[in-house]
Amino acid sequence: MRFSKLTAVLCASVAMPAMATELEVTHWWTSGGEAAAVAELAKAFDASGDKWIDGAIAGGGGTARPIMISRITGGDPMGATQFNHGQQALELVEAGLMLDLTDVAEANNWKEIINPPSLLDACTVDGKIYCAPVNIHSPEWLWISNKVYEDLGLPVPKDWNEFVASAPKVREAGKLPLALGDQPWQSNLAFGAMQIAVAGLDAWKAVNVDKNMDVAAGPEYAKVFAAAAEARELAKGSAVQDWNQATNLVITDQAAGQIMGDWAQGEFQVAGEVAGKDYTCLLGLGLNEYISTGGDAFYFPKLDDPEKEAAQKRLAALLVSPEVQVAFNLKKGSLPIRGDIDMGAANDCMKKGLEVLAGGNIVPSGDMNWSPDVQKLNEDLLVEFWKSDMAPEEAHTKWVENLKSGL
Amino acid sequence: MADVGMTAMTGPRGAKPRKTLSGRNIMLYGTLLVVCVYYLLPLWVMVMTSLKGMPEVRIGNIFAPPVEVTFQPWVKAWAEACTGLNCDGLSRGFWNSVLITVPSVIVSIAIASVNGYALINWKFKGSDVFFTILIFGSFIPYQIMLYPIVILLREMGIYGTLWGLIIVHTIFGMPILTLLFRNYFSAIPEELFKAARVDGAGFWGIYFRIMLPMSLPIFVVALILQVTGIWNDFLFGVVFTKPDLYPMTVQLNNIVNSVQGVKEYNVNMAATVLTGLVPLIVYFVSGKLFVRGIAAGAVKG
Amino acid sequence: MSAASEADAIRTSSVAKPRPRWTRNISSKIAAVPMILTALVVFLGGTIWTVVYSFTNSKLLPKANFVGFDQYERLWSQSRWLVSIENLLFYGVMSLVFTVVMGFILAVLMDQKIRHEDTFRTIMLYPFALSFIVTGLVWQWILNPDFGIQGIVRDLGWTSFTFDPLNNPDTVLFGLLIAGLWQGTGFVMCLMLAGLRGIDEDIWKAARVDGIPTWKTYVMVIIPMMRPVFITTLVIVASGIIRLYDLVVAMTSGGPGGNASQVPAMYVYDYMFQAQNLGQGFAASTMMLLSVLIVLIPWAYLEFGGKKHG
Repeated sequence: MRFSKLTAVLCASVAMPAMATELEVTHWWTSGGEAAAVAELAKAFDASGDKWIDGAIAGGGGTARPIMISRITGGDPMGATQFNHGQQALELVEAGLMLDLTDVAEANNWKEIINPPSLLDACTVDGKIYCAPVNIHSPEWLWISNKVYEDLGLPVPKDWNEFVASAPKVREAGKLPLALGDQPWQSNLAFGAMQIAVAGLDAWKAVNVDKNMDVAAGPEYAKVFAAAAEARELAKGSAVQDWNQATNLVITDQAAGQIMGDWAQGEFQVAGEVAGKDYTCLLGLGLNEYISTGGDAFYFPKLDDPEKEAAQKRLAALLVSPEVQVAFNLKKGSLPIRGDIDMGAANDCMKKGLEVLAGGNIVPSGDMNWSPDVQKLNEDLLVEFWKSDMAPEEAHTKWVENLKSGL
Repeated sequence: MADVGMTAMTGPRGAKPRKTLSGRNIMLYGTLLVVCVYYLLPLWVMVMTSLKGMPEVRIGNIFAPPVEVTFQPWVKAWAEACTGLNCDGLSRGFWNSVLITVPSVIVSIAIASVNGYALINWKFKGSDVFFTILIFGSFIPYQIMLYPIVILLREMGIYGTLWGLIIVHTIFGMPILTLLFRNYFSAIPEELFKAARVDGAGFWGIYFRIMLPMSLPIFVVALILQVTGIWNDFLFGVVFTKPDLYPMTVQLNNIVNSVQGVKEYNVNMAATVLTGLVPLIVYFVSGKLFVRGIAAGAVKG
Repeated sequence: MSAASEADAIRTSSVAKPRPRWTRNISSKIAAVPMILTALVVFLGGTIWTVVYSFTNSKLLPKANFVGFDQYERLWSQSRWLVSIENLLFYGVMSLVFTVVMGFILAVLMDQKIRHEDTFRTIMLYPFALSFIVTGLVWQWILNPDFGIQGIVRDLGWTSFTFDPLNNPDTVLFGLLIAGLWQGTGFVMCLMLAGLRGIDEDIWKAARVDGIPTWKTYVMVIIPMMRPVFITTLVIVASGIIRLYDLVVAMTSGGPGGNASQVPAMYVYDYMFQAQNLGQGFAASTMMLLSVLIVLIPWAYLEFGGKKHG
């Protein structure tokens, strides 16, 4: 043990002054487009004279997060790590394990440029800033196969209500109205999208931001559960697991539509489909065009090394800079965290998202409003609801109880 | 699968000469062949899928052989698939996996075999209690122990080193391996042990000169278990080391387990078969040793 | 046998000159230090640590903020947890029985001096080399109603053929079983084969001379002689069942019907790492460990305790 410590010290003292500062960065972006996006970050960081050591771990929250948390609590942290911004990393910050980035934020005027400001709020604990947001992902999209409707001689639905109304004809034609994968998070996502689309912004904010439980138990949300029960009927017979298998049902015109996040675009693109011609994307299910501004952010664990700390701060500033934002988000297919840059190269669906974002129709994401515990409780509830015959009223009551447990 | 034809030559092996196409043989080989279909079907699907291009996979009859054979998925899985920035596929972690697996297998088997030996032939007060706790430990899901072990290794000062990882593998392999060795040693005739004691041999003397040479089969079983477990381990490899030591399974996970983005099933399948090759080779080679070990053991009995 | 060797060990050491008690059998004690440390520090210590923190409201990081039995009350009010336990019981019994029976029968078949034993053994063992994540993925495909077995048979003309275990809450556990057995029986077969080969040829000869039928020899003589092998198998299979997780995630994510194939380990991981509610996860794992103890203590008593007194 003593030996290994000694060698570590030796290596460090030999290597450090000669080379650029190395920072190990962990994240769970591993698919093709994601990796290309990370490459942009790394390229920019390396070009600035430092060295990005990549620590990619696939599998999102379930797989990657315990690893990241173990590393940080084990006293051997990485230089920077991805989290969904919001409450996920809160305790690590409170335990004093994370680096305070307030000076970087002030020097680079983050308060002014980061849009929407809620992104920065999600990084702020006790007035200090602990993370650098990098992108926005919006989950509330309805993806529709145009061909299914052409074959039926129907117009392509313009919103959720038309979509539901057309469903019996779709069924008659032997096709699946709504594709929905079996993984729990997909049921949760679909419900989330319906929440804001059906209940409307005011009710949504009252429940999720002001935590008004009377509204949560009230008639607006009863409508959401009724709508979800309808959607449940539409999704009957959807026998796939992964979200992209469900997307594939839409691409191959076996299903009329799917509720999925903006990342579904990638699948359509790869299959050579064109937005507007082969498929239609409806933000907010075509009812209420709001974008919930969830997304990814980088946190920087505290390291006992002033040189590394300086490099961490350089990286933080770099992640938010305009050049990196454009390059990164075009590859990632997500929206940038600042409104003052040119995203001319974006495709149609993405442009729609940018417009809505610029128009200010935005709400904070679930990650910021509710603890992961409450979200998981509701995910368990909703997957049971979507996949069984649970009455909407029963699900509604349980859902409110779950929310209350997180107050 | 040419075994039906081969049964015709079964003649001289058995104790008594038998009719080659006896009802018994037909039943025996028939059953084995049916069982083999069950075992081979998924491999068939994997290999066929890995030889197809993505468009063909999407159309998908999973059992059909590829219309157009392509080795691109294999090349991609081995040398091109990206893990974040590093686009060199599984090849990146291969030597790390070897570096982790070899010492971990040796240390864990060595310790567990001594444990089993001590538990059977050199009992001391409380030894059975420790053994019972070990067996209890084999039922604990790994993830539950993650945080306690992180704290433990941190306090020992070896968190993040190869030795830390080897210790973790030794700890989690210990319950079942110890059980294996203990049971095996308990079946070795006690007279051998007593005779050696009379000749004045000590703890280590008997272990190396009597127990080890008689235990090849169980060492092979332990080897199979450990090589598979450690080679396929993902969680410990990634929690207790750093990116420069990440085993191959980290890349496999990154290829197979991506949540967002396009899923390339053909590459997934190729990567899986490639990752499984090392344990497979160990099975094949050690399987033969295993049989020879039996023969050697029989001579001494 | 073990009781005799114990007596023997004590006897042989007491023949030597009188020494302090603790130095008796000293090499054995030194050799067992890694085992003792693992048992006490890691498994016992880790378990106690888990139990203690199950009484706290720890979220992301373990914190000693005690809340009594709150976590347990919540645990037992979750329908998901209750269903998980039922599922595990059913799957566990089925899996245990089938693995042991299949493993033994295959080993007996393999022990008939067959040709190409190496090939057969490798074919049965190879699934063991593959990760559960991929096992689940492949079997999910094969069992898929549209392009798996059902689809193929229907294409052949039998259009009413139905084989869709994974999308029916009543049969989903059998679907998991098909994949689980595929992965695990090969290794059990190997263990059993090692056990069979360890049995002296003379016993078979004696049985043949006495004219005992083969099947009877297996049941009456061989299986009792293979008791240690069966115990090893049971521990390996049972510990795998309790830890069942990856396979379910890959094949069904706990569905269909929301929770028809949920298992306790999945509840534990989800709440520890996704919900970031360590306290809840620890409470669930404490219940799992408790149930293991309930099975294990009688076994340990029979294995060790009984002999000393009897």
